[in-house]
Amino acid sequence: MNRIIETTQLSDDVFKLIVDAPLIAEERKPGQFIILQIHDDGERIPLTIADGNSKKGTITLIFQAVGRSTHMLANFKVGDEIAHLLGPLGTPTHIEKFGHVVCVGGGIGVAPMHPIAQGMKVAGNKVTIIMGARNKELMVLEDEMRTIADDLIICTDDGSHGRKCLVTEPLKELCENDPKPDLAVAIGPPIMMKFCAETTRPYEVHTLVSLNTIMIDGTGMCGGCRVSVGGKTKFVCVDGPEFDGHKVDFDNMMLRLGAYKKREADDHHKCHIELGIDWTADKG
Amino acid sequence: MNDEAKKQLANIDSREEPLKPKDRIAIPTQEMPTQDPIERGKDFTEVATGYTAEQAQLESIRCLQCKTAPCIAGCPVGINIPGFLKAASEGNFEKSVQIIKESSLLPAICGRVCPQETQCQEPCTVGKALKDVEQAVSIGRVERYVADLERDNGIVTPAVKSKTGKKVAVIGSGPAGLVVAADVRREGHDVTILEAFHKPGGVMVYGIPEFRLPKAIVQTEIDTLIAMGVELKTDFVVGRTRKLKDLIEKDGYDAVFVATGAGLPRFMNIEGENLVGVFSANEYLTRANLMKAYDRENADTPIIQSRKVAVLGGGNVAMDSARTALRLGAEEVHIVYRRTEKEMPARVEEVHHAQEEGIVFHLLENAKSILGDDQGLVTGMECLRYELGAPDESGRRRPVVIEGSEFIMDVDTVIVAIGNDSNPLIKQTTPEIECNKWGNIIVDDTGKTSMDCVYAGGDIVLGAATVILAMGEGRRAAASINALLA
Repeated sequence: MNRIIETTQLSDDVFKLIVDAPLIAEERKPGQFIILQIHDDGERIPLTIADGNSKKGTITLIFQAVGRSTHMLANFKVGDEIAHLLGPLGTPTHIEKFGHVVCVGGGIGVAPMHPIAQGMKVAGNKVTIIMGARNKELMVLEDEMRTIADDLIICTDDGSHGRKCLVTEPLKELCENDPKPDLAVAIGPPIMMKFCAETTRPYEVHTLVSLNTIMIDGTGMCGGCRVSVGGKTKFVCVDGPEFDGHKVDFDNMMLRLGAYKKREADDHHKCHIELGIDWTADKG
Repeated sequence: MNDEAKKQLANIDSREEPLKPKDRIAIPTQEMPTQDPIERGKDFTEVATGYTAEQAQLESIRCLQCKTAPCIAGCPVGINIPGFLKAASEGNFEKSVQIIKESSLLPAICGRVCPQETQCQEPCTVGKALKDVEQAVSIGRVERYVADLERDNGIVTPAVKSKTGKKVAVIGSGPAGLVVAADVRREGHDVTILEAFHKPGGVMVYGIPEFRLPKAIVQTEIDTLIAMGVELKTDFVVGRTRKLKDLIEKDGYDAVFVATGAGLPRFMNIEGENLVGVFSANEYLTRANLMKAYDRENADTPIIQSRKVAVLGGGNVAMDSARTALRLGAEEVHIVYRRTEKEMPARVEEVHHAQEEGIVFHLLENAKSILGDDQGLVTGMECLRYELGAPDESGRRRPVVIEGSEFIMDVDTVIVAIGNDSNPLIKQTTPEIECNKWGNIIVDDTGKTSMDCVYAGGDIVLGAATVILAMGEGRRAAASINALLA
């Protein structure tokens, strides 16, 4: 069960696993996630599903080594088994032909964006993909996204690849076009999603964000994942993970994400404050 | 306590004439031996250590063997209570537990967590005669004793009839699910339990703490089911890993029992409820119990280190949360409840234990808002005082807010324990199943849902209730499933 078929290190601290999980591979849809535990009493870690193959019965997970458990997961080898793997969880992305869809992926947020962009393309949308990372080395899934995108815009903070800017810059330009995009989907660190939502708000471009909060069960039982959306408390695990980005209270969500930060601090990277991107948020 | 019990038993044995009812009533209630309140607040070991054989026998002798047996009417599953007490009073504990097991499959659990004072012990003639329900025959304590003794001696795996070739899926491994698995398996059907968590037991392992219900007891029940040939699949969430409909249409199950419980925590909907340091009782207890966060050195799952904790609510879950917080090292733990102790839904014993351990009770008070600092951390709670007004639809006197009574309570953690709504997953992913406006699955009097071959029971039907009621529902549905597949 849950045997690892393939492992790849995508960058310094980002890893890709292909895992044997036939039931999840058969049922999973874009926007959904899994919860895994590396041993029986292990922490329950939510990770979005980056890809899957229902014929082979495999799913692809891409994650950043942040805390103790994800560092241990990064050391797993081909043939090792993940003790527990639950899913697919969450409400799938609503996919239909909207027209022009802009997909914005920041850092490791490109991984969960991959199946969504794919789904949007298959549904007949024009898909523009904006990918952002701190530098060229941290850019993941570029080739995969290139095959999907009608237009692909690469941004890095240091200009080592593509444009030297934040993802919000090309997003704003697209919103200023006539016609403006019909839908934006932004997935990445919370601060990035917050600013993407702020960018599209004046243009009234509907913007979906996918939230990855602290969770335990992932089935509605604990409420640890709750966020305020439009002034109402919602559970990311069963009501989400996708919400209207213009309604999410990102500031509260970021405070809640930081609840156990002290404990994680040893393993965390330093905040990337000057560029406005919080790389310490575990956006698996 | 035990020497006294031994002496009394010897006296009774040496009597020439049989005991008269007034002699039985005159025997004092056998108190439950418990750990020292201060010492036990430091760890998670079981608080009530259980009767001795002599105490169990003596307590059983207090039963008057009433012809009318009002106690049976008070038991949600109708256990033959005078019958098992008679056997225990004769020292035949093995026969005693077998009598219980005719009606209840989980006596070691029910003996610990049933609210006996509002069920079997409430109408007990002995208690009535003494005008004190706390002096009724301690039915639950004797039940626990005989069940524990059976477990210590090694439970004999129940016989299973020859294979029928029929397959039944049980969704959820809480009390309702376990009972259905046992009853259906006994008839020779293949049974698979599908559990969303990584460990089976439902609320009995994630919710009820070790100090009230040791996990080993729940595990024994699971082990017995496995020995009977029941298959257990963990990490399987029906509705997501597999649609309910597909279990029947694609996977060939002949019947399905849905027992997913009431697992969607309610919040107060007050300001500050999403601050860091505000938890649902489910989250707090799950971190502490299931994820073993009490073992701070070794557990992967963290739990906040609290200084002053407020628990909102007056039920068993509120008591469990408060007592867990104490054991996790909080300096002060407060229960905040807007009615009085009389209206508290918690078992009397849990309230007593909490008080003994130093939990501070704030009655006729409730939270108005939760205050935080710029880091989003809880710094206090604004409360209001209440008084009791006219009775509401539940028959309890309605708490009425006293205007202008606001005050601030100094706390850094707030645990919301005001109940659960039904888990939405099955409903969201199974349009075919009919639910009421609260999201509870609607069943007929056989336990059947609006879908063919699909039955449901426990909290997903009842709303948040008790282990014994869930079990009663399970037995009824199991009988229907067995009839369907016969």
